[in-house]
Amino acid sequence: MTVAIEFKEVEKHFPKRDGGLQRVLDRVSFTIPKGKTTVIAGRSGQGKSVTLKLILGLMKADGGSIHVDGKDVTNVGGRALEQLRTRFGVLFQGAALFDSLTVFENVALPLRERTSKGEEEIEALVSSTLGQLELLGHEGKYPAQLSGGMRKRVGLARALQLNPEIMLFDEPTTGLDPVMTQEIYQLFAETQARVGFTSIIVSHDIPKVFNLADQVIVLHQGEMDVFGRPEEIPLSKKEHIQAFVQTTMGEIYQSQQVEG
Amino acid sequence: MLIRPIQNLGESGIYVLQDLGRMAIYLVKALLAVFKRPFRFREFMRQIHFIGAGSLVVIFFTAASTGMVLGLQGYYSLHKFGAEGMLGSAVSLTLIMELGPVLTALMVAGRAGSAMCAELGIMQISDQIDALECMAVDPFRYLITPKFLAALVSVPLLTAVFDVVGIAGGYVAGVSLMGVNPGSYIDGMVNSVTNHDIRLGVIKSFVFGLLVVWICTGRGYFVKEIRGAGFGAESVSRVTTQAVVLSSISVLVFDYLLTAVLL
Ligand SMILES: Nc1ncnc2c1ncn2[C@@H]1O[C@H](COP(=O)(O)OP(=O)(O)OP(=O)(O)O)[C@@H](O)[C@H]1O
Ligand SMILES: [Mg+2]
Repeated sequence: MTVAIEFKEVEKHFPKRDGGLQRVLDRVSFTIPKGKTTVIAGRSGQGKSVTLKLILGLMKADGGSIHVDGKDVTNVGGRALEQLRTRFGVLFQGAALFDSLTVFENVALPLRERTSKGEEEIEALVSSTLGQLELLGHEGKYPAQLSGGMRKRVGLARALQLNPEIMLFDEPTTGLDPVMTQEIYQLFAETQARVGFTSIIVSHDIPKVFNLADQVIVLHQGEMDVFGRPEEIPLSKKEHIQAFVQTTMGEIYQSQQVEG
Repeated sequence: MLIRPIQNLGESGIYVLQDLGRMAIYLVKALLAVFKRPFRFREFMRQIHFIGAGSLVVIFFTAASTGMVLGLQGYYSLHKFGAEGMLGSAVSLTLIMELGPVLTALMVAGRAGSAMCAELGIMQISDQIDALECMAVDPFRYLITPKFLAALVSVPLLTAVFDVVGIAGGYVAGVSLMGVNPGSYIDGMVNSVTNHDIRLGVIKSFVFGLLVVWICTGRGYFVKEIRGAGFGAESVSRVTTQAVVLSSISVLVFDYLLTAVLL
C-alpha cells in the first residue's frame, strides 16, 4: 500500500479567550493510502475542517510534520506550496464559490486559469459536469441566487474539473436530499474508478458514506482513531466510539449483532 | 499593579509593528504581481469602470460645490483688499495643489475603497481566497493587483476632472454671481499656475491613490488578522470602517508631508 498523505504527531491548537489553549489536534498520526477513499468522521467542532486545511497548507501545524508522497510539506511556502496545491482538488465546507462569477464561470475558472484549453472545449467540459450534477439551466445564475445544496454541487463541479490526484471533500452532501446524496456518492465512485484519485471525505452522512470508505478516521477531542473498513468500528472498546456507533451506525451495528 | 499597563503597551506596540510589516509585505506582493502573467486586462477595465467611471458623479458634485464655495469665500476675502482680480489664481492653485487631490482621494476612499475592502473581507471569511490559493491561482494577480493598477490610473484622472469642474464652479460663483471680471479670472489662473504646481498635484494624486487602494484592500485581505475586529460579518463591517478612516487620515498626513517636501 502506497501512502499519499501522512500525519506524524501533528499538533494544532488555538488560543482561548482565557489565555489557555484549545487543543484541536493533539499529536495525531495517521496515513492516507493512495488511490483509496478515507472518510473522516467526528462530531461537530472536532477539527475535521482544520485537518483538511492543514493538508492544504492553509493553516500551519503547531507541532509534528505532514508528508505528501513522502515529502515533508509542513512548512513549505511560495512556489513549492503552489506546486503542491496543483495536485489537490478541494470542496470547502461552505462551497467558497466566487460571488462575482456565475455558476458557469465558477466551474470554468480552474480550466481557464490553469490549462490552455480553448473556450469551446472548456464549455463542453463544464456542461458535462454540470449535467452530471443536475445543474444544467442554472449556468447563468450567481451563487447568491442558488440554494445551499446547489452551491455545494457547483463547488463539487469546480473541484472535479482538473482531475486532481487528491480530492478533499468537506461535507459534500450536507444540505442535499437523500436522492441527490446517493447520486453524489455514485458520482464519486464512478469518478474514482475512472480517474483513480485519492480521496478524503469529511462527512456526517453515516452510514451512507461508509459504502465508499476504504478507511475510516474518527476524530474525538484531539485524538484520532483509525479503522480499516467501517465494519471494524463497532469492535472498538473505547467509550466514545461505542457512543458514536450507537447513535450513527445504529442499523449496521444492530444487524451485525443479530448476525453475530 | 504597574506591570499590567506596561504589558498592554508592549503588546500593542508589537501588534502595530506586526501589522505594519504585514501591510508592507502585502504592498510589495501586490506591486510585484504586476509582472505575473497572464495579466487580467478585463478585470483591470472592470475596476477602472468601478473606481473611475463609478465615482464621476460624486466627484462632479463635490468639485462643483467646493469650487463654488472657494469662489464665494475667495471673493469675500479678496474683496476686502480690493484684489478680486486674484480670484482665478487663488481658486485654481488651491484646487490643483491641495483640494483636488485630497478631496478626490477621500471620495474614492469612501465610495470605492470601502467597497473593495468589504469585497476582499467577505472573500476572505467565506474561504474564497483560500479556494483561489488551492487552485494555485495567485490572489494578488487575480484580484488585488488589477485594483491597484485601476486606482493608480483612475485617481489622477478623477483628480483632473475635479480640478476642472472646481475651477468652473469658482468661475460660476465669482464671475457669474459676484461679478468678477471674466478675463481677470482666466488670466489670473493662466499666469499663476506653473508646471511645478501641476506636477505637485499629479504626484499627490498618485500617492493618495496608492494609499487608498493599499490600505482599503489590505484591511479587507487581513480581516482575520486584525485585532479586535471580531468575526464574520461584524469583522468585515469593522475593518471596512477602519479602512476608510485609516486611508483618509493617511491621505491628510501625506498631504502635509508632500507639500512640505515638494513645495
Ligand atoms: N481560525 C480559527 N481560530 C480559532 N479556532 C478555530 C479556527 N478554526 C477552527 N477553530 C476551532 O477548531 C475546532 C475545530 O474546528 P473545525 O472547523 O475543524 O470543526 P469540524 O470538525 O469541521 O466541525 P463541523 O463538523 O461543524 O464542520 C473548533 O472548536 C473551532 O472553534
Ligand atoms: Mg467542518
